[in-house]
Amino acid sequence: MRPDKQKAVTLDGNEAAVYVAYRVNEVCAIYPITPSSAMAEFADEWSAKDIKNIWGNVPEVIEMQSEAGAAGTVHGALQTGSLTTTFTASQGLMLMLPNMYKIAGELTPTVFHVAARSLAAQGLSIFGDHQDVMAARTTGFGLLASASVQEAHDMALIAQATTLRSRIPFIHFFDGFRTSHEVNKIDFLSDQQIREMIDDELVFDHRNRALNPDKPFIRGTAQNPDVYFQGRETVNAFYATVPSILKREMERFRDLTGREYAPVRYYGAPDTERIIVIMGSGVETAAETAAFLAQNGDKTGVVQITLYRPFPADDFISAFPSTTKSIAVLDRTKEPGASGEPLYQDVMVTFAEAAAKGQVRSMPQIVGGRYGLSSKEFTPAMVKAVFDNLNAETPKNHFTVGIIDDVGLTSLSVDYGFRLDESDWTQALFFGLGADGTVGANKNSIKIIGENTDLFAQGYFVYDSKKSGAKTVSHLRFAKNPIKAPYLITSADFIACHQFNFVEKEEMLKWAKPGATFLLNSPYGVEEVWERLPLPVQQIILDKKIRLFVIDAADVARKTGMAGRINTIMQTCFFALSGVLPMAEAIAEIKKSIEKTYFKRGLSVIEKNFNAVDQTLENLFEVKTPTKTTAKERMTSIISDEAPEFVRSVTQMMIAGRGDDIPVSALPVDGTYPNGTSKWEKRNVSSRVAVWEPDICIQCGNCSFVCPHSVIRAKFFHKDYLDDAPEGFKSAPINARGFPETKYSLQVYLEDCTGCNLCYEVCPVDERTGAKRRAINLAEKPEGLEAEREKIGYFEKLPQNEKPEVDFSTVHGVQFLEPLFEFSGACAGCGETPYIKVLTQLFGDRLLVANATGCSSIYGGNLPTTPWTSNSAGQGPAWSNSLFEDNAEFGLGMRLTADKQLSTAHQLLNILRPQLDDQLVDELTNAPQHLESEIKAQRERVNQLKERLGQIDGQDAKHLLSLADQLVHRSVWLIGGDGWAYDIGSGGLDHALASGRNVNVLVLDTEVYSNTGGQMSKATPTAASAKFAAAGKRVGKKDLALQAISYGNIYVAQVAMGANPQQTVLALREAEAYDGPSLILAYSHCIAHGIDMEKGLNQQKLAVACGYWPLIRYNPVLRKNDQNPFVLDSPKPVIRLKDYAYNELRYKVLTQTVPKEAEKLMRLAQEIVDLRWKTYEEMAGFGASSFQPIF
Amino acid sequence: MPNLSTTYMGLKLRSPLVVSANPLSQKLENILAMEDAGAGAVVLFSLFEEQIRQETATTEQVYQSTTNTSAEASDFFPDPVDYAIGSGKYLEIIRHAKERTDIPIIASLNGVTPEGWTDYARDIEQAGADALEINVYFIPADVSLTSADVEKRYTDIVKMIRSSIKIPIAVKMNPYFSSVGNMSQQLHAAGADALVLFNRFYQPDFDINELVVLPNREFSAPAEIRLPLLWIAVLFGRVPVSLAATTGIHGARELIKYLLAGADVGMSASALLQHGIPWIKDILADLELYMRDMPFKSIDEFKGSMSQLHIPDPTAYERNNYIQILENTKWGRQAGSRQ
Repeated sequence: MRPDKQKAVTLDGNEAAVYVAYRVNEVCAIYPITPSSAMAEFADEWSAKDIKNIWGNVPEVIEMQSEAGAAGTVHGALQTGSLTTTFTASQGLMLMLPNMYKIAGELTPTVFHVAARSLAAQGLSIFGDHQDVMAARTTGFGLLASASVQEAHDMALIAQATTLRSRIPFIHFFDGFRTSHEVNKIDFLSDQQIREMIDDELVFDHRNRALNPDKPFIRGTAQNPDVYFQGRETVNAFYATVPSILKREMERFRDLTGREYAPVRYYGAPDTERIIVIMGSGVETAAETAAFLAQNGDKTGVVQITLYRPFPADDFISAFPSTTKSIAVLDRTKEPGASGEPLYQDVMVTFAEAAAKGQVRSMPQIVGGRYGLSSKEFTPAMVKAVFDNLNAETPKNHFTVGIIDDVGLTSLSVDYGFRLDESDWTQALFFGLGADGTVGANKNSIKIIGENTDLFAQGYFVYDSKKSGAKTVSHLRFAKNPIKAPYLITSADFIACHQFNFVEKEEMLKWAKPGATFLLNSPYGVEEVWERLPLPVQQIILDKKIRLFVIDAADVARKTGMAGRINTIMQTCFFALSGVLPMAEAIAEIKKSIEKTYFKRGLSVIEKNFNAVDQTLENLFEVKTPTKTTAKERMTSIISDEAPEFVRSVTQMMIAGRGDDIPVSALPVDGTYPNGTSKWEKRNVSSRVAVWEPDICIQCGNCSFVCPHSVIRAKFFHKDYLDDAPEGFKSAPINARGFPETKYSLQVYLEDCTGCNLCYEVCPVDERTGAKRRAINLAEKPEGLEAEREKIGYFEKLPQNEKPEVDFSTVHGVQFLEPLFEFSGACAGCGETPYIKVLTQLFGDRLLVANATGCSSIYGGNLPTTPWTSNSAGQGPAWSNSLFEDNAEFGLGMRLTADKQLSTAHQLLNILRPQLDDQLVDELTNAPQHLESEIKAQRERVNQLKERLGQIDGQDAKHLLSLADQLVHRSVWLIGGDGWAYDIGSGGLDHALASGRNVNVLVLDTEVYSNTGGQMSKATPTAASAKFAAAGKRVGKKDLALQAISYGNIYVAQVAMGANPQQTVLALREAEAYDGPSLILAYSHCIAHGIDMEKGLNQQKLAVACGYWPLIRYNPVLRKNDQNPFVLDSPKPVIRLKDYAYNELRYKVLTQTVPKEAEKLMRLAQEIVDLRWKTYEEMAGFGASSFQPIF
Repeated sequence: MPNLSTTYMGLKLRSPLVVSANPLSQKLENILAMEDAGAGAVVLFSLFEEQIRQETATTEQVYQSTTNTSAEASDFFPDPVDYAIGSGKYLEIIRHAKERTDIPIIASLNGVTPEGWTDYARDIEQAGADALEINVYFIPADVSLTSADVEKRYTDIVKMIRSSIKIPIAVKMNPYFSSVGNMSQQLHAAGADALVLFNRFYQPDFDINELVVLPNREFSAPAEIRLPLLWIAVLFGRVPVSLAATTGIHGARELIKYLLAGADVGMSASALLQHGIPWIKDILADLELYMRDMPFKSIDEFKGSMSQLHIPDPTAYERNNYIQILENTKWGRQAGSRQ
């Protein structure tokens, strides 16, 4: 936590808000959700460090199993007199709604801090708008909107003071990402100021109202028609006083800090005619634009709504100048089917009532519009468009701005060339990789400038949605005055490209101002680099007279012993070229920051970094650009011409960063997108890729099995196919006796390879020969990829090996099956995706997948391209994500449909029997579908049926035709992570499993919430650290396997493919074959474990070897046959837990931060492992009768 | 009361028993206990360059690849600035040990690369270590290497470190040089202030079923003192360096022998690992008893009195002594055993 005395600091909106919230509360009950997670994490971190609130005690912070749980806990803590808060967003707020009605109904003071975010509708979005808070506007909570990082800080305190005085609970919200994640320089509240805003008498009142056995009363009664209604009306007076209380608190705040606020605030001249009403981060953009336009004679102004509920009608009306002619109300939300969006409706009603009462002389013209959904940019150009609309004779109502709505024709036309006067700002854009430290260095630069100079600084960071090879764009502004520009930079003074290959794909210089500086990290020197630039880049450099500078940062890093770390080097270049600070001062500050960072690592590390900084300047060169372009090459084409139309026209634009230009008409109306699009996005994220060595390969299939991105494929085929194979196409005689004419080929899709090296690690052909070469190795990707593409094309044309041809009960056999999950955006070396891929290889053609929100729904379903795909027959997994909490129920629903429609189909078959063949009907109804050959036969019968039904008249035939596909057995899988299965979805999962229905559950257990940054779940093991278990988890991991086994009729397996891939295949097949519920817990190594991901599979092996992760299978079928259903597949532990655990930072970090605790916890964890092993071992030795009998 | 103090490479020690490098010193409370028990100095556990590099690289790679990489997860782990990783941990222990103890703290460095030796040596000096013991763990498995090549490798390392730090340097030697005496002189010439005799290289074993090499680590035994004893007795007074005897000190008897041979200090680790840190007290009490009995007023009074330089029959350490031993064991009796 920052020192109290610091006056001006740079921080983001989340930190700004939680700093105050933490200071003025005693209990925080939370659940992580983007983009609010950081608030909860800060609170937890501070609590773990014993940082105190303003009353000198350390707030209690607890992570719950869901937001519903968090809200319940908040309610309980409030009712017993604690000052309590929570932090949430989006679906999280939705889960809190029931409790919010209760909390408000009971007039309980609290503030929920919300980083406002979109709701999942046609698709999920993690980004910002007001849909969530608008959905909560009926709860009785007050709604207070902050428009900037400074306001998020200040309003957190004003809200707290107001709730205590008014007893009305508040949602204090600010725009997700745009404010929650924007770093800005703000004036910091001192403890003294915070203290003075909070009246202890009101705190005592709150405690006095609490449940207390020493003066008992009852609250939360059930009420009847006689009194409920009146009871609901008792609170009106409290709501009526809120605006005046808020104003009073704002005045006190002004007296303490000098910063002025109002429930409704007007920006503009007293004679303004056209006014925008808006709340949230858009206020600054609108107000700055209105002021800019007013300078040029326009009569434009802005009304900012800070207090939205209770709606301050009087303040609102009096905020408008009497000259007001027309008003545009901007809502950052969508209410389909409503007569207008909520703020618009409030404004209309308020003005109508005011006009009726004679408060205003006449109704101004009022129109409403939507903007900025899901963090869609909201720029001065759009504000101008809104004002221009008001100028029209008949302004468009219910308009949209910022999109092209060519269907409803709602959108306003925008002159995107319009900009405010940006001459006071230095604007810089940085294009980097997620893993190259660019964002970290930029945050550091902001701190250096913001906290050590009088300059103001702003930073906003944009990430793409892939987890491997993710691109980041940092937007930094520096200025002498506060920066009120919550939108991206489109006219940069400085652009840095930290990865050379970006320049070949990304039109980054279109954002450059004329005469801007372009810094390029280039492996090509000052003489050569020009020739390496694509033609459009050369052209734009010449057109805009851009100054080009190059540095080979990797080389400087290498020479100065920085082990490939380029961020400090590039940061130094920025300071050298941008002139934001005098060079010597900048270097001194960078070095100060290095000293602080590496203080504990010794002088030599510090000196190395210093040296890198010094060397940077010597290796930074300006390129003398020729007067004409010389390159022939265009930019790298993104999408193949062979891609389907939708991919070429729509997906391509998203990939190219032009998704904002896609019109409404081009998008699906209901969120239904084509599958299998990831294959068209050749991301080429790794310069090192897998290369197969046919001569020494034993064709075991291990590499293909574990490949997280399905880039290693195997086929066998007749040798004659090689006759027209392209040059260099690799193959080998198949490693099986009796097939002299059969060849084997392993193809690497090298443009999709992430270079994770798992294939090398798992290859059994080892270095006994003395060489380190294995049958698959990583090597530099060849420069020209055409030849490689040709080989891949040829490989794809080879006949796909059919399931009946292969023994896919083995790892060796599985390699020949086509994966129907490929090239996902998962992390390089992901431990989850190999399980999904194998699942699709085994049953992909008849899979129905319900996918819980989390990593797997992001790499599985985040646009622009998605990995779930189809086979050549057009069959493949049908995938959907509902929510986080409901995935088990969602999947169960899929099963119910399959079962219900199958039974209807059977019924219809019988009805239509006379018109169909008896044998066909019998076989369609009764033929077994256990073996792949049987499934194939059933598919043929279904085809026959469809053909026959086409010739039969009548509704029954039509009904049966619509249901005929259900006659092929559907494999329903519920997939999700441990956050879902152990926590938020636990109740639903338990119920779905207990239903006895044939649902298969695959839990990809990474033992933390991986997608949101590693928060603890109930799967987090003892002695590991995680967020909300910073000092190490003290309780044991829930034994979900035993819990499921206790039902008796659930197939349960625990697998770890790195330890025993064969057992993984066996478990997946047994689970699928079992006609009842099944649960597979799959050990999934993860970046959240703090491991070298290359060693992920080895960690799986060690997890099993130490007994931490026993491999088990519990098969109820065995119990039915009077056998012991519990099989322990792994051998006795041969190593200690610590020999596995201390390879992982999640365990090891505790040995540094809390060494004594770490030791104790490790002992405890070992005891737990020993005990669990003993239990399992005993179970494996029991007779059948020791287990629950099944029906 | 006899004076147990001694001088080791210029450092004033209150007793001649020094704790040699071992894992116990990873914890500050153990170092404090060693001081309380009377240890003259503590040689910290070894800083292994490759281990540090590996750990640092992994941590940095993990941190960098998981921080600020995604819109949903800004980080996964606490900032490494908040805790010490790699050599930072080691340096922190030196700093803390120096703050909390009054006895010399000697760091132990096991390097690999030239940069590793010098960088870590400088960091160690800067962190406040009183001296540095360098542990050149080098098995000349390359059969083309000559003895001169191997010797040069050692002296180069010492020279390199000498030129980058000012604190005393001790070299933990191994006994496999063709001429231990000459090598000692070379090391001194290169800048070594002390020699620690001897390094026990771990000698691996095989698992004959799994066909893998097994690491094999055993505690030293009192019987193993003979080889260092011989060489300390031979080198005492001949090479102008401090001598430390390590290996086999399980009681005062072995320590006394080493001191008689000419060691400035005796070092013990195995005994402490087996019997606990307070064992130091017992050894020193027995040493004091011995000195009272003899009587010796100070360590200097008897140090080196059994060295080759001072015994009446210097050949006892040479070939003649060997022949005598063989003669006496002809009939199955060991030299010195009761007839």
